[in-house]
Amino acid sequence: MSPSVPLQEMIRAIRSARTQCEERGVIQRECAAIRAQFRQADNGGRSHNLAKLLYVHMLGYPAHFGQMECVRMIASPRYSEKRVGYLGAMMLLDEKQDASLLITNSIKKKVHDLGELFAPAARSLLSEKNHGVLHGAVVLITELCERNPETLERFRKTVPDLVQIMKGLVISGYSPEHDVAGISDPFLQVRILRLLRILGRNNEAASDAMNDLLAQVATNTDSTKTVGNAVLYETVLTVLDIKSESGLRVLAVNILGRFLLNNDRNIRYIAMTSLQRIVGTDHNAVQRHRGTIVDCLKDQDASVKRRALELSLALVSATNIRSMMKELLLFLSSCPPELKSQAASGIFNAAERYAPSQRWHIDTILHVLTTAGGDVRDETVPNLIQLITNTSELHCYTVHKLYRALLTDISQQSLVQVACWCIGEYGDLLLRGECQETEPVQVTEDDVLDALETVLQSHMSSPATRGFALTATMKLSTRITDNVDRIRSIVSIYGSCIDVELQQRAVEYNALFKKYDHMRAAVLERMPVIEKNSPGHTNGESTKEAVKEIQPAKVKQAETLLPQQPTNQVCDLLDLLGGSEEPLQPNSAAGSTVPVLPISTSSTAGGDLLDLLGGLEPAPLTPAVTVYEKGGVTLTLSSEKQSDSGLMVTLTASNSTDSDISSFTLQAAVPKSVQLHMKAPSGDFLPARGAAKVTQMVVLNNPNKVNLKMRIRVSYTSQGSAVQDTVQVDSFPEH
Amino acid sequence: MMRFLLLFSRQGKLRLQKWFTPIPEREKKKIIREMTSLVLARQPRSCNFLHWKDLKIIYKRYASLYFCLAIENQENELLALEVIHRYVELLDKYFGNVCELDIIFNFEKAYFILDEFLMGGEIQETSKQIVNRCIESSDMLQEDDSSEWYEVELFG
Repeated sequence: MSPSVPLQEMIRAIRSARTQCEERGVIQRECAAIRAQFRQADNGGRSHNLAKLLYVHMLGYPAHFGQMECVRMIASPRYSEKRVGYLGAMMLLDEKQDASLLITNSIKKKVHDLGELFAPAARSLLSEKNHGVLHGAVVLITELCERNPETLERFRKTVPDLVQIMKGLVISGYSPEHDVAGISDPFLQVRILRLLRILGRNNEAASDAMNDLLAQVATNTDSTKTVGNAVLYETVLTVLDIKSESGLRVLAVNILGRFLLNNDRNIRYIAMTSLQRIVGTDHNAVQRHRGTIVDCLKDQDASVKRRALELSLALVSATNIRSMMKELLLFLSSCPPELKSQAASGIFNAAERYAPSQRWHIDTILHVLTTAGGDVRDETVPNLIQLITNTSELHCYTVHKLYRALLTDISQQSLVQVACWCIGEYGDLLLRGECQETEPVQVTEDDVLDALETVLQSHMSSPATRGFALTATMKLSTRITDNVDRIRSIVSIYGSCIDVELQQRAVEYNALFKKYDHMRAAVLERMPVIEKNSPGHTNGESTKEAVKEIQPAKVKQAETLLPQQPTNQVCDLLDLLGGSEEPLQPNSAAGSTVPVLPISTSSTAGGDLLDLLGGLEPAPLTPAVTVYEKGGVTLTLSSEKQSDSGLMVTLTASNSTDSDISSFTLQAAVPKSVQLHMKAPSGDFLPARGAAKVTQMVVLNNPNKVNLKMRIRVSYTSQGSAVQDTVQVDSFPEH
Repeated sequence: MMRFLLLFSRQGKLRLQKWFTPIPEREKKKIIREMTSLVLARQPRSCNFLHWKDLKIIYKRYASLYFCLAIENQENELLALEVIHRYVELLDKYFGNVCELDIIFNFEKAYFILDEFLMGGEIQETSKQIVNRCIESSDMLQEDDSSEWYEVELFG
């Protein structure tokens, strides 16, 4: 047994070890020595050994054999041993060890009762002179008030006392004990401000009592150093949260504006975080600082950029949309990758809400697709396609632009998919050459087919994209005159493609050429205008599972002219098949009577086969019934019959309060014989004032036809507190 | 409240770890790894605030040591910077011109100082002098402890 070395020696030895192996050797030797020492009876070196063990533990080596030693040392009469013993206990005993159970025998009373115990004591402690005690008391009161609203009511009476203490701190002269860069005890000041915030929230009287104080702190605090800014920051947060008078609010927003211009990055970051909070309520005040915020988009720091992006997106409005979009697009081209998808979706939302013209809208989307096409969400493609179909006057312009984009770069899948679709649909416009909105370019049929073939053959194209390209090629067979043979040969080549999806399409198109040539023109006609917000429009988003029920109906079935029949949970396919037994005459007739379902992307490649199809009629949804309305949260329910015993219920939640709601979850319970399956919700965040909704689908199966009831539990977090509520739905609207 | 405080060198070696909530050992190691990689990857003149899961991470570099403090979302970030600075000042006062080696070789003293200043994730004592006085008296108790005179008292 080698003699144990003092702590410092051991540390030096470990640090001088040149390899990991050497270090491990030293540590193993030391641990063996320590273990031997622990086994011996009481000797003076126990605290040193434990300290050595703790050092070894910090380096990451196992040290569990020291745990009982810690407990023994805590019981030792010697102060040095007790000290190290407690340190050891804190560091080593954090798992579910029995020893820690011994030491921390927790009091099992409820917090409520504990609160009752401590409230009067806390109240009296506010008159303490010692700042440490005062700080602790303020922290305690804050915690009590946060957990129990009754306590909060009772502590409102302490507002004048708190104001007094604050005034003392702010006005008092230099106190060497608590001074930090000219501010007297900033830690205590900040805590008091926080407590005042909680007490003054939603309470006029309390807010009035603290108005003067807050104004005083806001104006008198020296803001050259970080510590002064910390106090100012807390003051601003308090002012914005309580029912302060408008002059004070303006003062607060101005302070934030000053922060925005500060050279210190931290301060700018803080300013943007706070402005984010009030952009909903004091929108105009924040708009004034839009220029600075947009400049922060170009900051080097990633955190600042993120905040600037969020704030800029919140500040976009109908008046400033063009200039803001220019900045945002510039940002998108140089932004860090983790922010790209957020920026892209933000831009899309803004463009959709405030687009000054259709052409601008399409241009913007195209720009985003070219710069960040890989990071956009899946539903962008169908949304864009729908947008393009709806602006019929810009078809020519759009297809020219997309063709040009396709020629330059075929790596961005979303862009390529949209481009293929457009070329397929509007190829004749492309070939015509003239276009009002953009310079004409001579495009021959061969050029177009070359472009599509490049996409088809490129290894960069995903299977879905190739599907798009093949379908587009097929559609062109009715829109071009000379090279139909070329198309025929392409299609037959792909009849033996390895990709099953592609092969199937190719085979069907082949059949279309051979056996059903008389129907080809009708089948491949121009798509009618897609109706926005048709039922089932959100299907792509709310169902997480891939739409697996795509049943390709062979074209060989002459009766049904529909080559593809994607089903989705919403539409009742049987009805449709029954109705279309006779072969469809001109497709346009079918197209006009039936609202067209927009293309729903799903993770399978077959999801985009709809583009060949006229339309499907989804089963009508019952009107939404409001089942729950409380605290600004509204929950509506609509249902539709899936089958004899199946019911698909859609729950939609919205938030009409002024503050955002997060962690919104729904749980449901049904009577015993009913089977319930909840699909993934569209999200769990409800922004204020109904800016967006959360939908959740629930599939019910009621084979025994019992009286259908459902109990729904709503839980969410609003303004920092958790809310839970239950509602029972006794009758379902059924059609 | 504060969740944890980590001190590590520029090479990522941990010098001090203080956890204010009970966390299993494996989780701690994971957090340490993530923190060191997150903080060490930051550019030299970036913002001192990070977002990580549902916490805010405040970090500051003093010479060769990174001080990394995790606070909950409703806490004041600028004040957290001041907390870190206050701890450094306490260490400085105790060790006299503190450097990383002081903290390496006297890590248990660094812990004792931290425990006088922060408790349960909150500041315990806002006055520098009082904290210093407490540490000094504890040290004196420890010295008395090891003096033979005291041992004689026990047996006598």
